[in-house]
Amino acid sequence: MTFWNNPINFIADWLTGLLTGWHLPAALATILVYLIGIIVLVLFAMVLDIGLVWVERKVVARFQDRLGPNRIGPFGLIQPVADIIKMVIKEDITPDGADKVIYNIAPVLAATSVILLWAILPLASTIYGVDLNVGLLYIVAAGALGTLAIIMAGWSSNNKYALLGAFRMVANMISYEVPMVIILLVPTILANTMSIRGITEAQSGMWFGILSPLAFIIFLISAIAELGRAPFDLSEAESEIVAGFHIEYTGMKFGWFYAGELLHAFTFGGFMAILFFGGYGGFFGLEKLPGFTWLNFPLVQMLVFMAKAMFGYWVIMWIKYSMPRIRIDHMLAFNWKFLVPLALVVLVNTAVLNKVLAGLPNWGYVLGMFGSNILIGFVTIEILRAFGRRQRKLEENPTLQAQTQEQVS
Amino acid sequence: MSAEQILFILVGVVILGSALMVVTTRKLIHAALWLVVTLFGVAVLFTLLRANFLAVIQVVVYIGAIAILFIFAVMLTRREQMEKGRQTRPNWWIPALLGALILTGLVVLILNLPGAERTALALPEGLDPVRALGSALVSPKAYVLPFEVASVLMLAALVGAVYVATVDKK
Repeated sequence: MTFWNNPINFIADWLTGLLTGWHLPAALATILVYLIGIIVLVLFAMVLDIGLVWVERKVVARFQDRLGPNRIGPFGLIQPVADIIKMVIKEDITPDGADKVIYNIAPVLAATSVILLWAILPLASTIYGVDLNVGLLYIVAAGALGTLAIIMAGWSSNNKYALLGAFRMVANMISYEVPMVIILLVPTILANTMSIRGITEAQSGMWFGILSPLAFIIFLISAIAELGRAPFDLSEAESEIVAGFHIEYTGMKFGWFYAGELLHAFTFGGFMAILFFGGYGGFFGLEKLPGFTWLNFPLVQMLVFMAKAMFGYWVIMWIKYSMPRIRIDHMLAFNWKFLVPLALVVLVNTAVLNKVLAGLPNWGYVLGMFGSNILIGFVTIEILRAFGRRQRKLEENPTLQAQTQEQVS
Repeated sequence: MSAEQILFILVGVVILGSALMVVTTRKLIHAALWLVVTLFGVAVLFTLLRANFLAVIQVVVYIGAIAILFIFAVMLTRREQMEKGRQTRPNWWIPALLGALILTGLVVLILNLPGAERTALALPEGLDPVRALGSALVSPKAYVLPFEVASVLMLAALVGAVYVATVDKK
Protein backbone atom coordinates (compact mmCIF):
# COMPACT_ATOMS: atom_id res chain seq x y z
CA MET A 1 0.00 0.00 0.00
CA THR A 2 1.50 3.30 -1.05
CA PHE A 3 0.49 6.82 -0.23
CA TRP A 4 -1.02 7.52 -3.65
CA ASN A 5 -3.33 4.51 -3.66
CA ASN A 6 -4.77 4.99 -0.21
CA PRO A 7 -3.61 8.25 1.38
CA ILE A 8 -5.83 8.37 4.45
CA ASN A 9 -5.21 4.80 5.57
CA PHE A 10 -1.49 5.23 4.84
CA ILE A 11 -1.30 8.20 7.20
CA ALA A 12 -3.50 6.43 9.78
CA ASP A 13 -1.25 3.34 9.76
CA TRP A 14 1.84 5.51 10.04
CA LEU A 15 0.31 7.42 12.99
CA THR A 16 -0.75 4.21 14.75
CA GLY A 17 2.74 2.85 14.30
CA LEU A 18 4.20 6.06 15.70
CA LEU A 19 1.88 6.04 18.73
CA THR A 20 2.45 2.37 19.56
CA GLY A 21 6.15 3.10 19.13
CA TRP A 22 5.74 5.47 22.07
CA HIS A 23 4.53 2.47 24.14
CA LEU A 24 0.86 3.45 24.06
CA PRO A 25 -1.59 0.50 24.24
CA ALA A 26 -2.87 -0.46 20.78
CA ALA A 27 -6.53 0.19 21.68
CA LEU A 28 -5.77 3.70 22.93
CA ALA A 29 -3.68 4.43 19.83
CA THR A 30 -6.59 3.36 17.59
CA ILE A 31 -9.02 5.59 19.48
CA LEU A 32 -6.60 8.52 19.24
CA VAL A 33 -6.13 8.03 15.49
CA TYR A 34 -9.90 7.88 14.98
CA LEU A 35 -10.32 11.07 17.02
CA ILE A 36 -7.70 12.82 14.90
CA GLY A 37 -9.49 11.57 11.81
CA ILE A 38 -12.82 13.02 12.99
CA ILE A 39 -11.21 16.38 13.80
CA VAL A 40 -9.48 16.52 10.40
CA LEU A 41 -12.74 15.68 8.59
CA VAL A 42 -14.71 18.35 10.49
CA LEU A 43 -11.96 20.89 9.93
CA PHE A 44 -11.92 20.08 6.23
CA ALA A 45 -15.70 20.67 6.07
CA MET A 46 -15.48 23.93 8.03
CA VAL A 47 -12.58 25.32 5.98
CA LEU A 48 -14.46 24.39 2.84
CA ASP A 49 -17.40 26.28 4.36
CA ILE A 50 -15.32 29.47 4.49
CA GLY A 51 -14.63 29.07 0.79
CA LEU A 52 -18.34 28.51 0.16
CA VAL A 53 -19.14 31.96 1.59
CA TRP A 54 -17.03 33.46 -1.19
CA VAL A 55 -18.51 31.15 -3.86
CA GLU A 56 -22.06 31.94 -2.78
CA ARG A 57 -21.51 35.70 -2.76
CA LYS A 58 -19.73 35.69 -6.13
CA VAL A 59 -22.41 33.52 -7.79
CA VAL A 60 -25.30 35.59 -6.39
CA ALA A 61 -23.60 38.68 -7.68
CA ARG A 62 -23.36 37.18 -11.16
CA PHE A 63 -27.04 36.20 -11.12
CA GLN A 64 -27.97 39.72 -10.05
CA ASP A 65 -25.66 41.36 -12.63
CA ARG A 66 -23.20 42.68 -10.05
CA LEU A 67 -19.51 42.03 -9.45
CA GLY A 68 -19.71 40.77 -5.88
CA PRO A 69 -16.86 41.07 -3.37
CA ASN A 70 -13.76 42.34 -5.20
CA ARG A 71 -11.98 44.70 -2.78
CA ILE A 72 -10.09 42.47 -0.35
CA GLY A 73 -7.51 40.23 -1.98
CA PRO A 74 -7.54 38.96 -5.56
CA PHE A 75 -11.16 38.51 -6.75
CA GLY A 76 -12.25 39.30 -3.19
CA LEU A 77 -10.95 35.94 -2.01
CA ILE A 78 -10.13 37.22 1.48
CA GLN A 79 -13.66 38.63 1.92
CA PRO A 80 -14.89 35.58 3.94
CA VAL A 81 -12.11 36.19 6.48
CA ALA A 82 -13.33 39.76 6.89
CA ASP A 83 -16.90 38.43 7.25
CA ILE A 84 -15.80 36.03 9.98
CA ILE A 85 -13.90 38.73 11.89
CA LYS A 86 -17.01 40.91 11.74
CA MET A 87 -19.20 38.05 13.00
CA VAL A 88 -16.88 37.21 15.87
CA ILE A 89 -16.46 40.76 17.21
CA LYS A 90 -20.19 41.61 17.04
CA GLU A 91 -21.99 41.97 20.35
CA ASP A 92 -23.39 38.67 21.53
CA ILE A 93 -26.94 39.23 22.80
CA THR A 94 -29.17 36.77 24.60
CA PRO A 95 -32.61 38.40 24.77
CA ASP A 96 -34.48 38.79 28.05
CA GLY A 97 -37.06 36.07 28.47
CA ALA A 98 -35.15 33.70 26.21
CA ASP A 99 -34.65 30.16 27.41
CA LYS A 100 -30.89 30.55 27.77
CA VAL A 101 -29.65 26.97 27.56
CA ILE A 102 -31.85 25.94 24.63
CA TYR A 103 -31.19 29.28 22.92
CA ASN A 104 -27.45 28.65 23.02
CA ILE A 105 -27.58 24.96 22.08
CA ALA A 106 -29.76 25.48 18.99
CA PRO A 107 -27.12 27.00 16.62
CA VAL A 108 -24.60 24.34 17.62
CA LEU A 109 -27.12 21.58 16.93
CA ALA A 110 -28.02 23.18 13.59
CA ALA A 111 -24.38 23.09 12.45
CA THR A 112 -23.85 19.62 13.95
CA SER A 113 -26.74 18.12 12.01
CA VAL A 114 -24.94 19.15 8.81
CA ILE A 115 -21.48 17.99 9.87
CA LEU A 116 -22.97 14.61 10.85
CA LEU A 117 -23.74 14.10 7.16
CA TRP A 118 -20.02 14.30 6.35
CA ALA A 119 -19.46 11.08 8.26
CA ILE A 120 -20.95 9.07 5.40
CA LEU A 121 -19.89 11.26 2.47
CA PRO A 122 -17.39 9.26 0.37
CA LEU A 123 -14.91 11.75 -1.10
CA ALA A 124 -13.06 8.97 -2.92
CA SER A 125 -13.13 5.16 -2.98
CA THR A 126 -10.75 5.05 0.00
CA ILE A 127 -11.53 8.40 1.65
CA TYR A 128 -14.72 8.26 3.69
CA GLY A 129 -15.74 8.38 7.33
CA VAL A 130 -17.81 5.23 7.62
CA ASP A 131 -19.65 3.00 5.17
CA LEU A 132 -23.02 2.45 6.86
CA ASN A 133 -25.35 -0.22 5.50
CA VAL A 134 -28.21 2.19 6.23
CA GLY A 135 -26.56 5.28 4.73
CA LEU A 136 -29.65 6.69 3.02
CA LEU A 137 -31.75 6.53 6.19
CA TYR A 138 -28.90 8.22 8.02
CA ILE A 139 -29.38 11.27 5.76
CA VAL A 140 -33.03 11.44 6.84
CA ALA A 141 -32.09 11.01 10.52
CA ALA A 142 -29.57 13.86 10.38
CA GLY A 143 -32.28 16.00 8.76
CA ALA A 144 -34.55 15.25 11.72
CA LEU A 145 -31.93 16.69 14.08
CA GLY A 146 -31.79 19.83 11.93
CA THR A 147 -35.56 20.23 12.29
CA LEU A 148 -35.19 19.91 16.04
CA ALA A 149 -32.53 22.65 16.09
CA ILE A 150 -34.81 25.05 14.24
CA ILE A 151 -37.74 24.33 16.57
CA MET A 152 -35.47 24.95 19.56
CA ALA A 153 -34.17 28.23 18.10
CA GLY A 154 -37.67 29.46 17.26
CA TRP A 155 -39.20 28.60 20.60
CA SER A 156 -36.40 29.67 22.92
CA SER A 157 -35.99 33.13 21.33
CA ASN A 158 -39.29 34.17 22.95
CA ASN A 159 -40.22 36.11 19.83
CA LYS A 160 -43.42 35.62 17.86
CA TYR A 161 -41.73 36.03 14.48
CA ALA A 162 -39.13 33.45 15.43
CA LEU A 163 -41.87 31.05 16.51
CA LEU A 164 -43.84 31.60 13.30
CA GLY A 165 -40.69 30.99 11.28
CA ALA A 166 -39.99 27.78 13.18
CA PHE A 167 -43.57 26.58 12.64
CA ARG A 168 -43.32 27.19 8.92
CA MET A 169 -39.93 25.53 8.68
CA VAL A 170 -41.11 22.44 10.49
CA ALA A 171 -44.25 22.15 8.35
CA ASN A 172 -41.98 22.47 5.35
CA MET A 173 -39.40 19.93 6.46
CA ILE A 174 -41.84 17.33 7.73
CA SER A 175 -43.91 17.38 4.56
CA TYR A 176 -41.00 17.36 2.11
CA GLU A 177 -39.37 14.52 4.01
CA VAL A 178 -42.09 12.24 2.60
CA PRO A 179 -41.26 12.55 -1.12
CA MET A 180 -37.56 12.53 -0.24
CA VAL A 181 -37.79 9.22 1.63
CA ILE A 182 -39.86 7.71 -1.18
CA ILE A 183 -37.43 8.88 -3.84
CA LEU A 184 -34.38 7.68 -1.88
CA LEU A 185 -35.82 4.19 -2.43
CA VAL A 186 -35.22 4.51 -6.19
CA PRO A 187 -31.39 4.44 -5.94
CA THR A 188 -31.81 1.76 -3.28
CA ILE A 189 -33.73 -0.46 -5.72
CA LEU A 190 -31.35 0.26 -8.60
CA ALA A 191 -28.21 -0.40 -6.54
CA ASN A 192 -29.68 -3.15 -4.33
CA THR A 193 -28.16 -1.55 -1.26
CA MET A 194 -28.62 1.45 1.05
CA SER A 195 -24.90 1.95 1.58
CA ILE A 196 -23.67 5.20 0.03
CA ARG A 197 -20.48 3.58 -1.24
CA GLY A 198 -22.43 0.66 -2.67
CA ILE A 199 -24.65 3.09 -4.58
CA THR A 200 -21.58 4.90 -5.95
CA GLU A 201 -19.95 1.64 -7.05
CA ALA A 202 -23.19 0.49 -8.70
CA GLN A 203 -23.07 3.55 -10.97
CA SER A 204 -19.64 2.85 -12.48
CA GLY A 205 -21.39 1.76 -15.69
CA MET A 206 -24.46 4.00 -15.84
CA TRP A 207 -25.57 6.99 -13.76
CA PHE A 208 -28.89 6.64 -11.94
CA GLY A 209 -29.66 10.19 -13.09
CA ILE A 210 -29.94 8.79 -16.61
CA LEU A 211 -31.88 5.68 -15.54
CA SER A 212 -34.36 7.80 -13.60
CA PRO A 213 -34.20 11.55 -14.37
CA LEU A 214 -37.58 12.10 -12.67
CA ALA A 215 -36.22 10.73 -9.40
CA PHE A 216 -33.36 13.22 -9.64
CA ILE A 217 -35.75 16.14 -10.18
CA ILE A 218 -37.95 15.12 -7.24
CA PHE A 219 -34.88 14.67 -5.05
CA LEU A 220 -33.62 18.13 -6.09
CA ILE A 221 -36.94 19.77 -5.18
CA SER A 222 -37.30 18.05 -1.84
CA ALA A 223 -33.63 18.71 -1.03
CA ILE A 224 -34.14 22.43 -1.62
CA ALA A 225 -37.21 22.32 0.62
CA GLU A 226 -35.23 20.44 3.28
CA LEU A 227 -32.53 23.12 3.09
CA GLY A 228 -35.16 25.86 3.49
CA ARG A 229 -33.70 27.81 0.58
CA ALA A 230 -35.70 29.86 -1.90
CA PRO A 231 -38.31 29.19 -3.23
CA PHE A 232 -39.00 27.35 0.05
CA ASP A 233 -37.49 29.98 2.40
CA LEU A 234 -40.80 30.78 4.11
CA SER A 235 -39.12 30.28 7.47
CA GLU A 236 -37.06 33.44 6.98
CA ALA A 237 -39.37 35.39 4.68
CA GLU A 238 -37.94 38.83 5.44
CA SER A 239 -40.93 40.67 4.02
CA GLU A 240 -43.36 38.87 6.35
CA ILE A 241 -41.62 37.69 9.51
CA VAL A 242 -38.36 39.69 9.43
CA ALA A 243 -35.85 36.86 9.63
CA GLY A 244 -37.80 33.95 11.04
CA PHE A 245 -36.24 31.56 13.50
CA HIS A 246 -32.84 33.29 13.69
CA ILE A 247 -34.19 36.81 14.22
CA GLU A 248 -32.76 37.13 17.75
CA TYR A 249 -29.37 35.63 17.02
CA THR A 250 -26.36 37.89 16.69
CA GLY A 251 -22.70 37.51 15.89
CA MET A 252 -21.26 34.04 15.60
CA LYS A 253 -24.46 32.36 16.83
CA PHE A 254 -26.15 33.63 13.69
CA GLY A 255 -22.93 32.68 11.91
CA TRP A 256 -23.45 29.03 12.85
CA PHE A 257 -26.89 29.01 11.22
CA TYR A 258 -25.47 30.70 8.13
CA ALA A 259 -22.44 28.42 7.91
CA GLY A 260 -24.65 25.40 8.51
CA GLU A 261 -26.99 26.43 5.69
CA LEU A 262 -24.16 26.92 3.17
CA LEU A 263 -22.48 23.65 4.08
CA HIS A 264 -25.85 21.88 4.01
CA ALA A 265 -26.47 23.12 0.47
CA PHE A 266 -23.03 21.95 -0.65
CA THR A 267 -23.49 18.59 1.11
CA PHE A 268 -26.79 18.03 -0.67
CA GLY A 269 -25.03 18.92 -3.92
CA GLY A 270 -22.63 16.13 -2.98
CA PHE A 271 -25.47 13.69 -2.30
CA MET A 272 -27.02 14.54 -5.66
CA ALA A 273 -23.67 13.71 -7.26
CA ILE A 274 -23.45 10.45 -5.29
CA LEU A 275 -27.02 9.24 -5.76
CA PHE A 276 -27.58 10.23 -9.39
CA PHE A 277 -24.26 11.15 -11.07
CA GLY A 278 -21.83 8.47 -9.98
CA GLY A 279 -20.15 10.32 -7.08
CA TYR A 280 -16.37 10.02 -7.22
CA GLY A 281 -16.59 7.45 -10.04
CA GLY A 282 -19.11 6.90 -12.79
CA PHE A 283 -16.87 7.27 -15.84
CA PHE A 284 -18.97 4.76 -17.87
CA GLY A 285 -16.20 2.16 -17.76
CA LEU A 286 -13.57 4.61 -19.02
CA GLU A 287 -11.38 4.02 -15.96
CA LYS A 288 -10.83 0.38 -16.95
CA LEU A 289 -9.27 1.27 -20.33
CA PRO A 290 -5.46 1.35 -20.50
CA GLY A 291 -4.20 4.91 -20.34
CA PHE A 292 -7.08 6.05 -18.13
CA THR A 293 -6.22 4.14 -14.94
CA TRP A 294 -5.09 7.41 -13.34
CA LEU A 295 -8.83 8.08 -12.87
CA ASN A 296 -8.74 5.51 -10.05
CA PHE A 297 -6.33 7.48 -7.89
CA PRO A 298 -8.08 8.78 -4.74
CA LEU A 299 -6.97 12.37 -5.19
CA VAL A 300 -8.31 12.43 -8.77
CA GLN A 301 -11.56 10.85 -7.56
CA MET A 302 -11.80 13.48 -4.84
CA LEU A 303 -11.39 16.26 -7.41
CA VAL A 304 -14.09 14.66 -9.58
CA PHE A 305 -16.43 14.39 -6.60
CA MET A 306 -15.81 17.99 -5.56
CA ALA A 307 -16.49 19.22 -9.08
CA LYS A 308 -19.77 17.27 -9.25
CA ALA A 309 -20.82 18.44 -5.78
CA MET A 310 -19.98 22.03 -6.70
CA PHE A 311 -22.15 21.68 -9.80
CA GLY A 312 -25.06 20.43 -7.65
CA TYR A 313 -24.49 23.34 -5.29
CA TRP A 314 -24.51 25.71 -8.26
CA VAL A 315 -27.86 24.29 -9.45
CA ILE A 316 -29.31 24.88 -5.97
CA MET A 317 -28.01 28.48 -6.03
CA TRP A 318 -29.30 28.96 -9.56
CA ILE A 319 -32.81 28.00 -8.46
CA LYS A 320 -32.54 30.04 -5.26
CA TYR A 321 -31.72 33.28 -7.03
CA SER A 322 -34.15 32.88 -9.93
CA MET A 323 -37.38 31.89 -8.19
CA PRO A 324 -39.84 33.98 -6.17
CA ARG A 325 -40.93 32.70 -2.77
CA ILE A 326 -43.76 30.16 -2.81
CA ARG A 327 -46.90 30.77 -0.70
CA ILE A 328 -47.40 28.40 2.22
CA ASP A 329 -50.66 26.83 1.01
CA HIS A 330 -49.17 26.42 -2.48
CA MET A 331 -46.12 24.83 -0.92
CA LEU A 332 -48.18 22.23 0.96
CA ALA A 333 -50.50 21.57 -1.99
CA PHE A 334 -47.51 21.19 -4.32
CA ASN A 335 -46.02 18.63 -1.98
CA TRP A 336 -49.04 16.51 -1.11
CA LYS A 337 -51.05 16.74 -4.35
CA PHE A 338 -48.20 16.65 -6.85
CA LEU A 339 -44.80 15.57 -5.52
CA VAL A 340 -45.85 12.65 -3.30
CA PRO A 341 -48.10 10.95 -5.91
CA LEU A 342 -45.48 11.46 -8.61
CA ALA A 343 -42.76 10.03 -6.35
CA LEU A 344 -44.93 6.98 -5.64
CA VAL A 345 -45.53 6.43 -9.37
CA VAL A 346 -41.80 6.70 -10.10
CA LEU A 347 -41.00 4.29 -7.28
CA VAL A 348 -43.51 1.66 -8.43
CA ASN A 349 -42.34 2.09 -12.02
CA THR A 350 -38.70 1.59 -11.03
CA ALA A 351 -39.45 -1.43 -8.85
CA VAL A 352 -41.51 -3.19 -11.55
CA LEU A 353 -39.25 -2.37 -14.51
CA ASN A 354 -36.15 -3.36 -12.55
CA LYS A 355 -37.50 -6.92 -12.43
CA VAL A 356 -39.16 -6.97 -15.89
CA LEU A 357 -36.13 -5.62 -17.76
CA ALA A 358 -33.59 -7.64 -15.78
CA GLY A 359 -33.24 -10.22 -18.56
CA LEU A 360 -32.55 -7.68 -21.31
CA PRO A 361 -29.06 -6.60 -22.40
CA ASN A 362 -27.69 -3.50 -20.76
CA TRP A 363 -28.74 -1.02 -23.46
CA GLY A 364 -32.33 -2.36 -23.39
CA TYR A 365 -32.47 -1.94 -19.62
CA VAL A 366 -31.18 1.64 -19.78
CA LEU A 367 -33.48 2.53 -22.67
CA GLY A 368 -36.53 1.02 -20.93
CA MET A 369 -35.85 2.83 -17.66
CA PHE A 370 -35.14 6.16 -19.33
CA GLY A 371 -38.12 5.83 -21.73
CA SER A 372 -40.58 5.00 -18.94
CA ASN A 373 -39.42 8.06 -17.01
CA ILE A 374 -39.86 10.29 -20.04
CA LEU A 375 -43.34 8.81 -20.55
CA ILE A 376 -44.33 9.47 -16.93
CA GLY A 377 -42.99 13.01 -17.21
CA PHE A 378 -44.95 13.61 -20.41
CA VAL A 379 -48.22 12.27 -18.92
CA THR A 380 -47.68 14.42 -15.79
CA ILE A 381 -47.21 17.55 -17.87
CA GLU A 382 -50.34 16.74 -19.92
CA ILE A 383 -52.41 16.25 -16.74
CA LEU A 384 -51.09 19.54 -15.35
CA ARG A 385 -51.91 21.31 -18.62
CA ALA A 386 -55.47 19.99 -18.62
CA PHE A 387 -55.87 21.05 -15.00
CA GLY A 388 -54.55 24.53 -15.76
CA ARG A 389 -56.87 24.89 -18.75
CA ARG A 390 -59.88 23.95 -16.60
CA GLN A 391 -58.86 26.47 -13.93
CA ARG A 392 -58.47 29.26 -16.50
CA LYS A 393 -61.86 28.46 -18.03
CA LEU A 394 -63.48 28.67 -14.59
CA GLU A 395 -61.88 32.04 -13.97
CA GLU A 396 -62.95 33.43 -17.36
CA ASN A 397 -66.54 32.34 -16.86
CA PRO A 398 -67.99 33.63 -13.56
CA THR A 399 -71.40 31.93 -13.96
CA LEU A 400 -69.76 28.54 -14.48
CA GLN A 401 -67.66 29.21 -11.41
CA ALA A 402 -70.76 29.91 -9.32
CA GLN A 403 -72.37 26.72 -10.62
CA THR A 404 -69.41 24.52 -9.76
CA GLN A 405 -69.20 26.05 -6.33
CA GLU A 406 -72.88 25.24 -5.81
CA GLN A 407 -72.27 21.69 -6.92
CA VAL A 408 -69.36 21.35 -4.51
CA SER A 409 -71.25 22.73 -1.53
CA MET B 1 -14.02 -3.88 31.79
CA SER B 2 -14.03 -3.47 28.03
CA ALA B 3 -14.54 -0.15 26.24
CA GLU B 4 -18.01 -1.26 25.20
CA GLN B 5 -19.07 -1.89 28.77
CA ILE B 6 -17.83 1.55 29.84
CA LEU B 7 -19.79 3.09 26.96
CA PHE B 8 -22.87 1.08 27.89
CA ILE B 9 -22.75 2.30 31.50
CA LEU B 10 -22.23 5.91 30.40
CA VAL B 11 -25.13 5.75 27.95
CA GLY B 12 -27.29 4.04 30.57
CA VAL B 13 -26.61 6.83 33.06
CA VAL B 14 -27.50 9.44 30.41
CA ILE B 15 -30.73 7.62 29.51
CA LEU B 16 -31.86 7.19 33.12
CA GLY B 17 -30.85 10.72 34.11
CA SER B 18 -32.66 12.35 31.22
CA ALA B 19 -35.69 10.11 31.74
CA LEU B 20 -35.79 11.31 35.33
CA MET B 21 -35.59 14.91 34.11
CA VAL B 22 -38.54 14.27 31.77
CA VAL B 23 -40.84 13.65 34.73
CA THR B 24 -39.37 16.12 37.21
CA THR B 25 -38.71 19.27 35.17
CA ARG B 26 -41.31 21.99 35.51
CA LYS B 27 -41.35 23.33 31.97
CA LEU B 28 -43.21 21.06 29.59
CA ILE B 29 -40.99 21.96 26.64
CA HIS B 30 -37.90 21.04 28.64
CA ALA B 31 -39.52 17.71 29.40
CA ALA B 32 -40.02 17.14 25.67
CA LEU B 33 -36.38 18.02 24.95
CA TRP B 34 -35.13 15.72 27.72
CA LEU B 35 -37.25 13.02 26.14
CA VAL B 36 -35.31 13.61 22.92
CA VAL B 37 -32.07 13.02 24.85
CA THR B 38 -33.49 9.78 26.26
CA LEU B 39 -34.57 8.55 22.85
CA PHE B 40 -31.19 9.46 21.38
CA GLY B 41 -29.52 7.47 24.15
CA VAL B 42 -31.62 4.44 23.19
CA ALA B 43 -30.45 4.91 19.59
CA VAL B 44 -26.85 4.82 20.84
CA LEU B 45 -27.64 1.58 22.70
CA PHE B 46 -28.90 0.06 19.43
CA THR B 47 -25.64 1.11 17.76
CA LEU B 48 -23.66 -0.59 20.54
CA LEU B 49 -25.62 -3.76 19.76
CA ARG B 50 -24.65 -3.41 16.04
CA ALA B 51 -28.32 -2.79 15.13
CA ASN B 52 -27.66 0.17 12.80
CA PHE B 53 -31.03 -0.04 11.14
CA LEU B 54 -32.94 0.15 14.42
CA ALA B 55 -30.72 3.00 15.62
CA VAL B 56 -31.39 5.10 12.54
CA ILE B 57 -35.11 4.29 12.58
CA GLN B 58 -35.20 5.26 16.26
CA VAL B 59 -33.85 8.71 15.36
CA VAL B 60 -36.05 9.14 12.27
CA VAL B 61 -39.32 8.02 13.86
CA TYR B 62 -39.00 8.91 17.54
CA ILE B 63 -36.99 12.14 17.29
CA GLY B 64 -37.88 13.23 13.76
CA ALA B 65 -41.60 12.60 14.02
CA ILE B 66 -42.95 11.83 17.48
CA ALA B 67 -40.81 14.16 19.62
CA ILE B 68 -41.30 17.00 17.16
CA LEU B 69 -45.08 16.46 17.26
CA PHE B 70 -44.89 16.55 21.07
CA ILE B 71 -42.98 19.83 20.96
CA PHE B 72 -45.49 21.21 18.47
CA ALA B 73 -48.39 20.33 20.73
CA VAL B 74 -46.64 21.78 23.79
CA MET B 75 -45.82 25.03 22.00
CA LEU B 76 -49.51 25.54 21.25
CA THR B 77 -50.50 25.28 24.91
CA ARG B 78 -50.38 28.09 27.45
CA ARG B 79 -47.35 28.45 29.66
CA GLU B 80 -48.73 29.68 33.01
CA GLN B 81 -50.68 26.55 33.82
CA MET B 82 -47.70 24.25 33.71
CA GLU B 83 -45.23 26.23 35.80
CA LYS B 84 -47.31 26.34 38.98
CA GLY B 85 -49.11 23.69 40.93
CA ARG B 86 -48.08 20.37 42.46
CA GLN B 87 -46.18 17.82 40.43
CA THR B 88 -47.22 14.76 42.40
CA ARG B 89 -50.51 13.32 43.50
CA PRO B 90 -51.09 12.52 47.22
CA ASN B 91 -51.03 8.76 46.59
CA TRP B 92 -47.79 8.77 44.58
CA TRP B 93 -46.28 6.04 46.78
CA ILE B 94 -48.60 3.32 45.40
CA PRO B 95 -47.27 3.44 41.80
CA ALA B 96 -43.74 3.93 43.20
CA LEU B 97 -44.10 0.72 45.23
CA LEU B 98 -45.59 -1.15 42.27
CA GLY B 99 -42.78 0.08 40.03
CA ALA B 100 -40.12 -1.03 42.49
CA LEU B 101 -41.78 -4.46 42.83
CA ILE B 102 -41.95 -4.92 39.04
CA LEU B 103 -38.30 -3.85 38.68
CA THR B 104 -37.14 -6.38 41.32
CA GLY B 105 -39.27 -9.06 39.71
CA LEU B 106 -37.78 -8.37 36.28
CA VAL B 107 -34.20 -8.35 37.62
CA VAL B 108 -34.73 -11.66 39.42
CA LEU B 109 -36.40 -13.15 36.34
CA ILE B 110 -33.62 -12.09 33.99
CA LEU B 111 -30.87 -13.28 36.31
CA ASN B 112 -32.53 -16.72 36.55
CA LEU B 113 -33.01 -17.08 32.79
CA PRO B 114 -30.92 -19.87 31.29
CA GLY B 115 -27.99 -18.34 29.41
CA ALA B 116 -28.20 -14.92 31.03
CA GLU B 117 -24.47 -15.08 31.75
CA ARG B 118 -23.48 -15.95 28.19
CA THR B 119 -22.02 -13.29 25.91
CA ALA B 120 -23.84 -12.73 22.64
CA LEU B 121 -22.69 -14.65 19.59
CA ALA B 122 -20.86 -12.68 16.94
CA LEU B 123 -22.74 -12.03 13.72
CA PRO B 124 -21.89 -14.51 10.96
CA GLU B 125 -19.35 -13.19 8.48
CA GLY B 126 -20.86 -11.54 5.39
CA LEU B 127 -24.37 -11.18 6.81
CA ASP B 128 -26.08 -7.89 5.99
CA PRO B 129 -28.67 -7.41 8.76
CA VAL B 130 -30.68 -4.87 6.75
CA ARG B 131 -30.95 -7.27 3.80
CA ALA B 132 -31.93 -10.13 6.14
CA LEU B 133 -34.60 -7.97 7.79
CA GLY B 134 -35.92 -6.81 4.42
CA SER B 135 -36.29 -10.29 2.99
CA ALA B 136 -37.83 -11.55 6.25
CA LEU B 137 -40.50 -8.85 6.05
CA VAL B 138 -41.65 -9.86 2.56
CA SER B 139 -41.00 -13.60 2.71
CA PRO B 140 -44.14 -15.80 3.01
CA LYS B 141 -42.21 -18.10 5.33
CA ALA B 142 -41.53 -15.25 7.76
CA TYR B 143 -43.44 -12.06 8.50
CA VAL B 144 -45.26 -11.08 5.32
CA LEU B 145 -48.75 -11.46 6.84
CA PRO B 146 -48.19 -9.40 10.03
CA PHE B 147 -46.32 -6.83 7.95
CA GLU B 148 -49.20 -6.43 5.50
CA VAL B 149 -51.81 -6.37 8.28
CA ALA B 150 -49.83 -3.63 10.01
CA SER B 151 -49.67 -1.62 6.81
CA VAL B 152 -53.44 -1.92 6.34
CA LEU B 153 -53.85 -0.72 9.92
CA MET B 154 -51.60 2.27 9.18
CA LEU B 155 -53.63 3.07 6.07
CA ALA B 156 -56.85 2.92 8.08
CA ALA B 157 -55.34 5.28 10.66
CA LEU B 158 -54.29 7.67 7.88
CA VAL B 159 -57.76 7.67 6.32
CA GLY B 160 -59.29 8.15 9.76
CA ALA B 161 -57.03 11.11 10.47
CA VAL B 162 -57.98 12.74 7.18
CA TYR B 163 -61.68 12.16 7.93
CA VAL B 164 -61.39 13.65 11.43
CA ALA B 165 -59.44 16.66 10.16
CA THR B 166 -61.80 17.43 7.27
CA VAL B 167 -63.94 20.47 7.96
CA ASP B 168 -67.55 19.77 7.09
CA LYS B 169 -68.53 22.26 4.36
CA LYS B 170 -72.19 22.54 5.47
